Amino acid sequence: MASTPVVVDRAEKFEKVVSILDRHSRRPSGLIPILQAIQHEYQYLPEEVLTYVATSLDVPPARVFGVATFYAHFALEPKGKHVIRICDGTACHVKQSLPVLNALREKLGTSEKSTTTADMLFTIETVACLGACGLAPVVVIDEQVYGQITPERAVALVDEIKAMEASLGTASAADAEQPSAEECHE
Amino acid sequence: MAPLPRLMLSSPQPRSAMSNAEAQTLTPENGNGISTLAQVRRVIICAGTGCIANGAMKVFEQFKSEIAGAGLQVILELRAEATSDEIRLSKSGCQGFCQMGPLVSVVPDGILYTKVRSEDVAEIVHQTLANGQVVERLLYKDPATRKSCQGIEDNPFYARQSRFVLHECGFLDPEDIREFMLHGGYRAARKAFVEMLPEEICKTILDSGLRGRGGGGFPTGRKWEAARIQNSPKKYIICNGDEGDPGAFMNRSVMEGNPHSVIEGMMIAARAIGSNEMLVYVRAEYPLAVERMRGAVAAAEREGILGKNVFGTGLSMKCEVMEGAGAFVCGEETAMIASIEGQRGMPRPKPPFPAQSGLWGKPTIINNVETLAHVSRIINEGPEVFRSIGTPDSPGTKTFALTGHVSNTGLVEVPFGTTLREIVYNIGGGVTDDAGKIWKSGFKAVQIGGPSGGCLTEDHLDLPLAYESLRSVGAMVGSGGLVAMNQGTCMVSIARFFMEFTQRESCGKCVLCREGTRQLLALLDDVIEGRADQNTLDLLEKLGRAVQVGSLCGLGKTAPNPVLSTMRYFRKEYEEHVFEKRCRTGRCKALLRPEINAVKCKGCGLCIKACPTRAITGEKKQPHHINPELCIKCGACATACKIHAVEGI
Repeated sequence: MASTPVVVDRAEKFEKVVSILDRHSRRPSGLIPILQAIQHEYQYLPEEVLTYVATSLDVPPARVFGVATFYAHFALEPKGKHVIRICDGTACHVKQSLPVLNALREKLGTSEKSTTTADMLFTIETVACLGACGLAPVVVIDEQVYGQITPERAVALVDEIKAMEASLGTASAADAEQPSAEECHE
Repeated sequence: MAPLPRLMLSSPQPRSAMSNAEAQTLTPENGNGISTLAQVRRVIICAGTGCIANGAMKVFEQFKSEIAGAGLQVILELRAEATSDEIRLSKSGCQGFCQMGPLVSVVPDGILYTKVRSEDVAEIVHQTLANGQVVERLLYKDPATRKSCQGIEDNPFYARQSRFVLHECGFLDPEDIREFMLHGGYRAARKAFVEMLPEEICKTILDSGLRGRGGGGFPTGRKWEAARIQNSPKKYIICNGDEGDPGAFMNRSVMEGNPHSVIEGMMIAARAIGSNEMLVYVRAEYPLAVERMRGAVAAAEREGILGKNVFGTGLSMKCEVMEGAGAFVCGEETAMIASIEGQRGMPRPKPPFPAQSGLWGKPTIINNVETLAHVSRIINEGPEVFRSIGTPDSPGTKTFALTGHVSNTGLVEVPFGTTLREIVYNIGGGVTDDAGKIWKSGFKAVQIGGPSGGCLTEDHLDLPLAYESLRSVGAMVGSGGLVAMNQGTCMVSIARFFMEFTQRESCGKCVLCREGTRQLLALLDDVIEGRADQNTLDLLEKLGRAVQVGSLCGLGKTAPNPVLSTMRYFRKEYEEHVFEKRCRTGRCKALLRPEINAVKCKGCGLCIKACPTRAITGEKKQPHHINPELCIKCGACATACKIHAVEGI
């Protein structure tokens, strides 16, 4: 799949960025909340949007990219439709979160380097701690928290999502392949 | 029952109409309101992150419909006049016993139900609410004595704690500011604004001996005084809710469960130093805490507690909530300031200290969530009461997040000076194995203070936990993560786990932290993967000390602690990895040497079929053999073998 499969109406794309910038009064000090709002909108930070933000705030693009690459929450690559986050905090780690991670990676064919599946359906991430240590080990799939998870149950959850997607996607398979297009148009 | 005089709490009047005078009548001076409230039957459902993950919201909805269906009246808002057949249904913040959630308590009956599913709700409504009987099967059973515990009084997890900061988390509805006020909330803030001078407030906090709960343990009163004496028209108060330490969640619980106590603490701090702008910096991984803090700020604004004319003093006060973007180092004061200013979160040298020159170059106080949550009590009850708890050097209580291999995981608030044994065995219910069963002799270590802390061993079980005592054994209170580990845990792997974390989170400013943590990690990998020798161990210690000395901020200065501390107390385990190429727990895969016990093996061939790399050979009914060259140590053979003839994996 090409890196930019999404044809987005450019004017529309920047319209949202403009309204986000306006909401933060175009102050460079508001860079982090601005990037958070943009990522909320697009699910990631597209390169051309970052350049646009730099111009609008009258700061060098290096400053914007510097911030965007510093913080773990900012993604410069599009993420899959479903984001699976595996907690690898201390409590989860000693309660065997790694076997869960490995089982999911094996199931979806992802690795530490390539975290998103080729069909753009899943992204697997690890996070340092979700603060739900009492339920260790914890997995979060699309904001839903699952506690005391086992590799088998994690794989079963992925199967459920896959089955749901298959029933949705038979009508228009192309939709599932281009989730970011949908989200940009929303 | 005497209704509260003229207190129409559920009145639909515009809230802005409530003057400060009325705000005062809301806070009962004689506890009147509390006793009135206590007589209303209440069902409280824990709505912290943990319980919500386990289905607490479904339980809440189910209660709503079941109670109404049973002909009882449900009330969801606080009201002054309640009749006896009314039942108030409310959500609370995190009650700290996350593993047993969702938790449901019935007051004043004093019943605590654990692991409640929506299917159980009908039974609770009919048995307990309608007939006053306890549903036995939903009570918590003490794993040690196998006895059922009806409420928190006879539950060892709660009964042995001293919950002050956490007390209201399990009781108040965090989304209802009026409930907070009715229980004395914002009374201390009012006192600080109306009756006290800034220097008096600083002195009271200094006299109380309150020390920063975020890890450093710096006296809070001294910090405030340093900012107070600065001659600047603009000063800032920042609440540090960037709880990045993996394995700690006490700040999350307080922000979710009692957000107003944090705002009240910040207001008192603001009054003490002469600031009118406050900011709460919350970790982005805590969406519920962000939501509750934002809701609490909005509610306080509606009630006129924050705004232009605070308590009629003419002073203004505003508060913002900012979400972090996922960088552990931002928990450090100067890095957090950089992050708020829209920069990469990198620390800068101190002095000048933030109290002199912080956010936008103005005097700034940054306090931890838990520190701020203590403040109102000190103002209300006086510094002596606070000092009477804990130890002389470390007064008050501290919340620890007890997790890992213990029977009861959760939030534990105890006075400083409590021993580890009390926490792990009496409150935590003892050490468990991987399956969660009690393992009597299973205790190996407790990791305290997260990536900055160290390990405590069996020898330290009777050490009173306090700032100085922990420092003397190479550990630190840190933010208060306590991870218990059983004998099946490899200490070298634990050291590697923390090193990987700090290496990833190093901001890259100081060479020794950036490169040193990377090299420490590589050296630990050598130990774990069997490439190490004596030099590796020497280098680990030498480099560890160099990183401590050569780094600017707390992250780098403390990054080698987990390695140095495990090397100090578990030297033998390191030596086994290095010289015998053996990991006693079997966790280090590269050191595994799976062999088939020729005496046990019956030659059934199951392992041959299971092996993905065809590393096993052997004739039928003859002992099989593993070729170490081909073996990838996946353990499939050991799982397949029914008579456990595969050993060493």
